[in-house]
Amino acid sequence: MKKLVPSLALHAALIAGALFALGPLLWMVSASFMATGEANTFPPRFLPAAPTWEHYATLFTRLDVATHFRNSLIVTVSATLLSLLINAMAGYAFAKLRFGGRERIFGFLLGALVIPAQVGMLPLFLMLKTMGLVNTLTAAVIPFLASVFGIFLVRQYALGIPDELLDAARVDGAGEWHIFRTIVMPVLMPILVTFAAFNFLSAWNDFLWPLIVLSDNSKFTLPVALASLSGEHVQDTELMMAGSVVTVLPVILVFLFLQRYYVRGVMMGSVKG
Amino acid sequence: MKGSIERRQAQAGRWFVLPALTLIGVFFFVPVVVGLVLSLTDFDIYAIGDPSIARFVGAGNYVEILRNPVFWKALGNTLYFVFASGPLMMIVSLAAALLLNAKLARARGFFRTAYFLPVVTTIVAVSIVWRYLYHPHYGWLNFALGKLGIPPIDWLGDPHWAMPAIIVLAVWKNFGYNMLIYLAGLQGIPEELYEAAHLDGAGWWGRFVHVTLPGLGPTMLFVSITTLLNQFQLFAEPYVMTQGGPLQSTMTLVLFLYEQGFRWWRMGMAAAIAFLLFLIMLTGTLIQLRLSRERTR
Repeated sequence: MKKLVPSLALHAALIAGALFALGPLLWMVSASFMATGEANTFPPRFLPAAPTWEHYATLFTRLDVATHFRNSLIVTVSATLLSLLINAMAGYAFAKLRFGGRERIFGFLLGALVIPAQVGMLPLFLMLKTMGLVNTLTAAVIPFLASVFGIFLVRQYALGIPDELLDAARVDGAGEWHIFRTIVMPVLMPILVTFAAFNFLSAWNDFLWPLIVLSDNSKFTLPVALASLSGEHVQDTELMMAGSVVTVLPVILVFLFLQRYYVRGVMMGSVKG
Repeated sequence: MKGSIERRQAQAGRWFVLPALTLIGVFFFVPVVVGLVLSLTDFDIYAIGDPSIARFVGAGNYVEILRNPVFWKALGNTLYFVFASGPLMMIVSLAAALLLNAKLARARGFFRTAYFLPVVTTIVAVSIVWRYLYHPHYGWLNFALGKLGIPPIDWLGDPHWAMPAIIVLAVWKNFGYNMLIYLAGLQGIPEELYEAAHLDGAGWWGRFVHVTLPGLGPTMLFVSITTLLNQFQLFAEPYVMTQGGPLQSTMTLVLFLYEQGFRWWRMGMAAAIAFLLFLIMLTGTLIQLRLSRERTR
């Protein structure tokens, strides 16, 4: 009995917090199903009177959002797959393969984390322009291919691989690439899923770089297309909410499926200090 | 025999890091160095067609930026955003972590996911959603305030309220991330410390000040530095919600950089802004490290 009042107060606070966090997202979903103009009424409505799919239909027929969805998917999936291999190799080597200058190079990479991405962005844009890559999806993928954070995550995890396991394979005459593929990759799988989840979310949600480097509407990723639509369709609240749902839903689903792995990445990132 | 295994290992190691180091070198370190050179030239829209016409202007861009009132406005706004949303986010994240960590709390998994969900959402999309929540006539926020007898506020149209509106959005979007880190920090504080404080007669506030806060010390330093580094780069929210207005009240350093570089194609100028941003962020980080070192001494 003594604990009833504190427990009620605690759960009231927890629920209030959940309403604050989820409220805007729930309203976004609800308003995307409202008839045109219904979201701009006073007092505001929370649920649509007669739910309709018409705004989603408009997005995918008249506004070609399917193309932007496809662009986002191509950029995100290729960035994630390529970066997995590149960073897994580097992270494993920094942890387990002894070579000259290893610690110095790794320290240098960590130090570079303090340089904000914007510093390199303008020259990178000019570089890609001379290479003829501006306004291609390749250009949107490039900054995600190698990541110091990814190398760091894999390295921390790979440090736990026992040397005896690798040495036994070496004594049996296995080559380093073979060891990496057949012994190391399976052991690293959990951290690779973590990194894949991180990379997927940040590539999908990225805005400034694709905004700079993609100039044709047909090349836009979803966030860039959405920002440009929101300029032309300021008044169409319900349509913009449907567009936001289409943009946000994939990342929310990926997060909900891979939550355990993603949370591990947040924790590992926080112990590096 | 042993030597050859080691030599082969070293060789493999170099091959394994080569792709990552090449990519980071070519697409990050080279651009950073080129950016420094670029910031010393008058590279503009004509130079994009023919780079040979760009001229070396020394510190000219930096001098011009420091004389430009829009830069000071953007710097002031960015600092306002950083120093208001930073502590606010810390309080909200810590409060959420304490609630979730309470022994009586049920359905922790659900609440933790709910609080974290805004973090993974696309910033452009949620900025659009919040733009409508802030609508002066039809938005939920003014409706709720109206119930409390507060007259409607033109959140994004009033120069005094536009930045606070963006701060609230940023806190909503990001508090879940720091909450997770605090939660891990809280779980690392030994239960015996709380029991000892309890025996000494400390109430919940006393335990919070003398056990929880000191226990979270290192976590807090890490969280405040990463938060700071992220917040200096505020861009998408003002780009989508206000375009830096009204009256440049939400113009930020990165938005200023974007406009100079990619709206007016003054690349030399924009590169100089990028380096100033870097210097400011570095100074902020060093001050924070120094402060925390003095506190622990």
